[in-house]
Amino acid sequence: MQKSLHLDPAKCTGCLQCEMACSYEKLGEFNPSRSVIKVFTFHEEGRFAPYTCTQCDEAWCLRACPVDAITMDLTSGAKIVIDDKCVGCKVCTISCPFGTVNYVQETGKVAKCDLCGGDPECAKACPTDAITWIDANATGYDRMKAFAEKSLPSANTSA
Amino acid sequence: MHHIIIGAGPGGVVAAETIRKTNPNDQITLIGNEPAPPYSRMAIPYLLVDDIKEEGTFLRSSDHYHQQSIEYLQANVTGIDADAKTCELSDGSSLAYDQLCIATGSTPISPPINGIDLPNVHSCWTLEDARQILSLAKPQSRVVLMGAGFIGCIILESLVKRKVNLSVIEMGSRMVPRMLDEKAGGLLKKWCVDDGVGVYTSTKVNAIEEADDGMNVILDNGANIKADLVISATGVKSNTTFVKDSGLDIDHGILVNNKMQTNLPNIYAVGDVAQGMDFSTGEYTVQAIQPTATDHGRIAALNMAGKNAEHSGSLNMNILDTLGLISTSYGLWMGVEGGDTAEIYTPELFKYMNLRFGINDEADVLVGATTIGMTEHVGVLRGLIESKVHLGHWKQRLIDDPMRIMDAYVASTQELDNVV
Ligand SMILES: Cc1cc2nc3c(=O)[nH]c(=O)nc-3n(C[C@H](O)[C@H](O)[C@H](O)COP(=O)(O)OP(=O)(O)OC[C@H]3O[C@@H](n4cnc5c(N)ncnc54)[C@H](O)[C@@H]3O)c2cc1C
Ligand code: SF4
Repeated sequence: MQKSLHLDPAKCTGCLQCEMACSYEKLGEFNPSRSVIKVFTFHEEGRFAPYTCTQCDEAWCLRACPVDAITMDLTSGAKIVIDDKCVGCKVCTISCPFGTVNYVQETGKVAKCDLCGGDPECAKACPTDAITWIDANATGYDRMKAFAEKSLPSANTSA
Repeated sequence: MHHIIIGAGPGGVVAAETIRKTNPNDQITLIGNEPAPPYSRMAIPYLLVDDIKEEGTFLRSSDHYHQQSIEYLQANVTGIDADAKTCELSDGSSLAYDQLCIATGSTPISPPINGIDLPNVHSCWTLEDARQILSLAKPQSRVVLMGAGFIGCIILESLVKRKVNLSVIEMGSRMVPRMLDEKAGGLLKKWCVDDGVGVYTSTKVNAIEEADDGMNVILDNGANIKADLVISATGVKSNTTFVKDSGLDIDHGILVNNKMQTNLPNIYAVGDVAQGMDFSTGEYTVQAIQPTATDHGRIAALNMAGKNAEHSGSLNMNILDTLGLISTSYGLWMGVEGGDTAEIYTPELFKYMNLRFGINDEADVLVGATTIGMTEHVGVLRGLIESKVHLGHWKQRLIDDPMRIMDAYVASTQELDNVV
């Protein structure tokens, strides 16, 4: 059974453990500004929402890449950036309608969530179960993904 | 079922792969006329600064086509016969198709000026052009770049990194006039000039003359710039000549509907050669950008493979990195009459963001955007525009602080209960 990240804003307290864990895993240092999961803060409502790549089926980033630098990891289903191939053209960053591929000026390449090879650190770090790593067809995350995808007109396809 | 795809750029390659994924047993022939494996023009700027070798521009690894059972044929197609359902090749042979996809891209236009044919005047469009530029653009060589449009500005960075002595001549009143507004284009020009690049806007090249020590580039303001290399980047035209007598409807490009079908049965067109619907205006235009080519390729392929796929137009969007200053523009970046605007403009920090809203029942829908100096979450501007999310009270929040686009998107699309 393929697993996926399940994000539940209602449970998020904004503690940012996920951003810390993500940046530590990716960079070897605690640098939340460069984590690829982000917690959005809604001061007006006193609410928080963790958000990252949904590994969508459309894979807009992967298709737009001119040099095949984004590939799909067959075990985790994650769309992964191959740093050695990425030329830093940034076309994937404007193609991803969810805003989850970002250009990193320090490296001259892009960064996105790769599900940590199938064992995401953010889910392990989250103390409130706002981020969980569960069977792919179980609830909310899929709805969020479905919403995001159906809302995009150019994705309209029927068999 | 035999699918033929003419043109092996990103549009053609994505079409071939999508057909293969959809119908594992169909026969697919991908025909390209360039003497190289299918490659990406977009990677050329990185080749010019030695970040990558030629192989780094290839769209896929060399065994990919074989693995996918896509036959890659290096040949030039000279015409098609829609009644007989054949393509004619330059060696006189012909190939029969059941479904045909035309993905022949575009070529640079040469402005009609004296001297444009001189040996050291080049465009920057193919791998062969890149090789010529690599050999001529040495440190301290004098280079004149004609055209500061989108492609011109992309090459500009590579030329500066090659340490040439660069002058840029643009006919329009600002840089990238068809992608950036006055403020954004102005910031970009200042950024380049501050970096030592000579930028001449509202200026035309009248002629290029051979001289003892290189070339004289003569401008319409009477000035004369010495050059060892002139690069022409003054726009492109769709490659439609080879099908001009085929019965296809052709305007600037080959006209296609929302399924990428042409007026002739079983013939599709995609990418820079296709004139398809623009998401924002509903008009049919040649956008000549990479994401449109790959989106077109996918839609055409699904239909060719017997599915029913259609789009509501392609969103015009660009991202440009000019000597480290990153600019983007989307959709109706110039705004619509009567629509509201949210803006921040901090010229001393080279920061600018402009959001454009629609009118009437789309008064709280984002329809276009421009950014300068922003890299985080820029894609969400595409998401907000294409999904026509009603922003509700987030519109006012964006007017107060346009930087909150990602907050607005997350709040409007996730199930945040009382956040929405
Ligand atoms: C230097 C440079 C930088 C760029 N940067 C960007 C960027 O940052 N972002 C962006 O969105 N776009 C960029 N572009 C534009 C982008 O490369 C094009 O939009 C894209 O290549 C279009 O893809 P295509 O498949 O339609 O056509 P092409 O890539 O042009 O491929 C068409 C292929 O078909 C071949 N062909 C033509 N006629 C025939 C025939 N009769 N028989 C057989 N084969 C034929 C051509 O030779 C070519 O190989 C850039 C272009 C250049 C030159
Ligand atoms: S920035 Fe890198 S990964 Fe993204 S499209 Fe360009 S080359 Fe591909």
